[in-house]
Amino acid sequence: MTTTPTTTASASSAAGNSFSDVTSSESALRRFLHGLPGVDQVGAEARATALGTRSIKTTAKDYAIDLAIRMVDLTTLEGQDTHGKVRALANKAMRPDPADPTCPATAAVCVYPDMVGIAKETLGTSGVNVAAVATAFPSGRAALDIKLADTRDAVEAGADEIDMVIDRGAFLSGRYLEVYDEIVAVKEACGPAHLKVIFETGELQTYDNVRRASWLAMMAGGHFIKTSTGKVQPAATLPVTMIMLEAVRDFREATGQMIGVKPAGGIRTSKDAIKYLVMVNEVAGPDWLDPDWFRFGASTLLNDLLMQRTKMTTGRYSGPDYFTLD
Amino acid sequence: MAKQKVSTGSTTAKPVFDYAPAPESRAIVDIKPSYGLFINGEFVDGGGTSFKTINPATEEVLAEIAEASEADIDTAVKAARRAHSRVWGRMPGKERAKYLYRIARIMQERGREIAVLESIDNGKPIKESRDVDVPVAAAHFFYYAGWADKLEYSGYGTQSLGVAAQVIPWNFPLLMLAWKIAPALAAGNTVVLKPAETTPLTALLFAEICQQADLPPGVVNIVTGAGDTGHFLVGHDDVDKVAFTGSTDVGRAIAKAVAGTNKKVTLELGGKAANIVFDDAPIDQAVEGIVNGIFFNQGHVCCAGSRLLVQESIAEEVLERLKRRMATLRVGDPLDKNTDVGAINSAEQLARIKQLSAIGEEEGAGRWSPPCDLPSTGFWFPPTLFTGVTQAHRIAREEIFGPVLSVLTFRTPAEAVEKANNTPYGLSAGVWTDKGSRILWMANQLRAGVVWANTFNKFDPTSPFGGYKESGYGREGGRHGLEGYLKGTN
Amino acid sequence: MARIDVRKTYKLYIGGAFPRSESGYSYVVNDAKGKFMANASLASRKDARDAVQAARKAFPGWAGRTAYNRAQIVYRIAEVMEDRRPQFVDAVQKSEGRTAAQANKVVDEAIDRLVWYAGWADKITQVVGGANPVAGPFFNLSTPEPTGVVAVFAPQESSLLGLVSVVAPAIVVGNTVVVTSSYERPLPAVTFAEVLATSDVPGGVINVLTGSAATTGPWLASHMDVNAIDLTGVAGDADLAKSLEEASAENLKRVRRAPSAEPDWSLDPGTDRMTGVLETKTVWHPIGI
Repeated sequence: MTTTPTTTASASSAAGNSFSDVTSSESALRRFLHGLPGVDQVGAEARATALGTRSIKTTAKDYAIDLAIRMVDLTTLEGQDTHGKVRALANKAMRPDPADPTCPATAAVCVYPDMVGIAKETLGTSGVNVAAVATAFPSGRAALDIKLADTRDAVEAGADEIDMVIDRGAFLSGRYLEVYDEIVAVKEACGPAHLKVIFETGELQTYDNVRRASWLAMMAGGHFIKTSTGKVQPAATLPVTMIMLEAVRDFREATGQMIGVKPAGGIRTSKDAIKYLVMVNEVAGPDWLDPDWFRFGASTLLNDLLMQRTKMTTGRYSGPDYFTLD
Repeated sequence: MAKQKVSTGSTTAKPVFDYAPAPESRAIVDIKPSYGLFINGEFVDGGGTSFKTINPATEEVLAEIAEASEADIDTAVKAARRAHSRVWGRMPGKERAKYLYRIARIMQERGREIAVLESIDNGKPIKESRDVDVPVAAAHFFYYAGWADKLEYSGYGTQSLGVAAQVIPWNFPLLMLAWKIAPALAAGNTVVLKPAETTPLTALLFAEICQQADLPPGVVNIVTGAGDTGHFLVGHDDVDKVAFTGSTDVGRAIAKAVAGTNKKVTLELGGKAANIVFDDAPIDQAVEGIVNGIFFNQGHVCCAGSRLLVQESIAEEVLERLKRRMATLRVGDPLDKNTDVGAINSAEQLARIKQLSAIGEEEGAGRWSPPCDLPSTGFWFPPTLFTGVTQAHRIAREEIFGPVLSVLTFRTPAEAVEKANNTPYGLSAGVWTDKGSRILWMANQLRAGVVWANTFNKFDPTSPFGGYKESGYGREGGRHGLEGYLKGTN
Repeated sequence: MARIDVRKTYKLYIGGAFPRSESGYSYVVNDAKGKFMANASLASRKDARDAVQAARKAFPGWAGRTAYNRAQIVYRIAEVMEDRRPQFVDAVQKSEGRTAAQANKVVDEAIDRLVWYAGWADKITQVVGGANPVAGPFFNLSTPEPTGVVAVFAPQESSLLGLVSVVAPAIVVGNTVVVTSSYERPLPAVTFAEVLATSDVPGGVINVLTGSAATTGPWLASHMDVNAIDLTGVAGDADLAKSLEEASAENLKRVRRAPSAEPDWSLDPGTDRMTGVLETKTVWHPIGI
């Protein structure tokens, strides 16, 4: 992957233009968001479950596992993170299966802003990106200038991607414009780095809210929309991700612009990951089957993908002892 | 790093996520070269000729099936009568219940085997036979088992009718068998059931299940054959009850045939359901509901949502979404776990679907199907929709019983109701809107036995099912489903 | 000189009006002793057709009324009958050849039966409908709804109590009715129609044809806009009953078969005359947030 300092500003204004009426006032924005088609919970969940029953075998499974590995944002977001831990994680991201050079690298490592430097240093020119969570992650409860400073710090330290959290309090109390403005401001602070907007869908509670948040973030210029911080249960789920995939699909219909989707938290098995890929394929479409447009925020998922990958090559079930624990 | 790009959808040269074949194993089923009739607890040779049942996906002959003659029917009815008067009709309800529970459990235990057999004989996708037909059939037995010793609370009395003659269609062979046999047995009747001639195999497997359950001989008798066999069965003087699911034409003939007798009748016949989508509908779920409404089971569903009534203001958008969704439907091998639309059940049915579709085109409706490669052998029809259809088109009036959707538009709720009800049928209807009071108003206005609001094609053993008008009479499922098998309290 | 009384013209009751038969035919109605009482209108094919049309027109409004309202209207029929009871007693007495005491009892029972059925209007739904506990996140409710236009053949012997016993259950649950009265004893039916006209029953809800089931029957049974047929009045005529049932199959009418003999109308009627002309509608809706 190449780091292209695309004109974030112009991308944003392109998006901004088509929705300038919508975002011109709180009431206009609310009207727009509440005018989006509703989501029936039962129907949406049934559809997500049905997609989960696809049976992905042999060549399709080979393809899916490698693709899933390439989509992983290998994540450590712990109070106990150290340089050593991050260095190990970065190495794992570059060479997930040291025994098998054909195994692809992950898309990125995802760390707290103070770990960006060490991650960047380790990853060098490997092509694996550094993503940093910012904006007072995970609660997002800080003053705007602090959130912006947090963002700038991470970018200056070399972050290629910023994962911000929205102000769920503002969102839930209907202050959509405030949420919108904050995303726009963070986006600006990102400079060349790409912005993922985390909704914390577990706190938004309803699929209607997830759909509204998706449009809000897309209109504000986010490059990716992301389900969760991983710190709140439930984190990513198939139906929530499906609602977001529908949103990016519809947004492209409306604007021609593609936005990425990142479910994060709770995706631990290859089987789960493949269900997500099926969903990407059938809901948003095959164009999204690319690390540029779909990511998994995960840590333990990678080893399960590697175990399955080995099973596919060797025909034997593998065990955890054969994969690195970092 | 990712960059914003406007994708044209064609520039990417990356490999496609092409699902490899994921066939369910056939090894689990053991199809015999030939089958007799199941009468009085055992398989016997019929006195008539035989016919072949084929796999509609491959046209491969699966087995030779005995065609029950009039004498065979008489033997079966006599066996059922004997079983009713000597055993089943006298058995305490709590004991009958245990047999039904046994049957439910065996169906669950042998679920995968039954599902595979159903898909082979019928052509329906394995995921549907596995996830719908078989579990819901088992659930029916489980549900009605519990009624057997509680009939005094049913409101219909506790007296069984006697011998029930039951004739079922080919679209849900095992499930329709369950809908018929479970309430009949729970109420204390014995049955002679005729499965459809194109799909006899799961009924014959069910006969084996009855043997495994040690069901007393003669309580369930399975007679195979076609129209003549059905005619003999329904017309037999010593049956007390006729239950039929199938076409309105045959239902009419049965209603005439039983005129002047004391046979109690329930008929579950055709439909031409409207699936009504308002401009405030939960749009993605509505599209799913439209797809599920007409392409579930290849559209071989009497309650299929075969007429899409969409509010004009969103008609274009809904059509676009619908087409995009239809393009992801996977048509092909019924045993592939990823197949969404399987084979058409028979050459005759395929011919009818083709004929009505051709008429749709001749009448000027716009025909569209997503690109899809159909297998070269077997009976196939692509998911199809017709736009620009009006109530005057034949495809909007006649039951096609295939994966063919007619799209009509409306402007106001009153117009939607008027068009939805403008049919001699009245089996089911769908309504999609986010406005609660409108749902209830629509549900009141629609002249149909089942109204699915913001959902479609849902079935449950506790939920009464059946039609208004020419869609038949009587209800199957729930407490109401017992009425057709009990003498009543008056 | 004694005053010459003013006799009544006995007419049909269709769509709330009292037309003569469009055919212009009438027939002689004698009392039980064979004495001339009146010339009753002889309902024809076209009268049957007009009555079905009136019943169909009245159906949505009648079915759409609240159950409470239908209950009050049926109760109101009882009130007005009570008010005109001498006339009914006289009609029953003459038509059925009963004593005054017997006729009084019959009228009592007929009025009481209307009161009994009136109360059912807003209870039958609860008794036969209800929630179904489906295995999934769905609200699922079954409700009875009137089937539509019901062609009723009133009993031949019980000219008032029998008539009330077959008409009341059909209308109280929201159907509209075309009833063919007893052929030989039609006069109580006409008087009943006059009661209907002066109570609050909307025109077309009950249409009364006097005449022969053999004449109106085939047209009503084969009529594609009739939803149900009650053959009670052709009890004892197995051939006619069979042919009417066969004709009814054409549009899958709900058929209540003729009993082998006329029932004893003094018995507790039960609910099946109502449930036989009710459809069960089951509505599903997802439960979600």
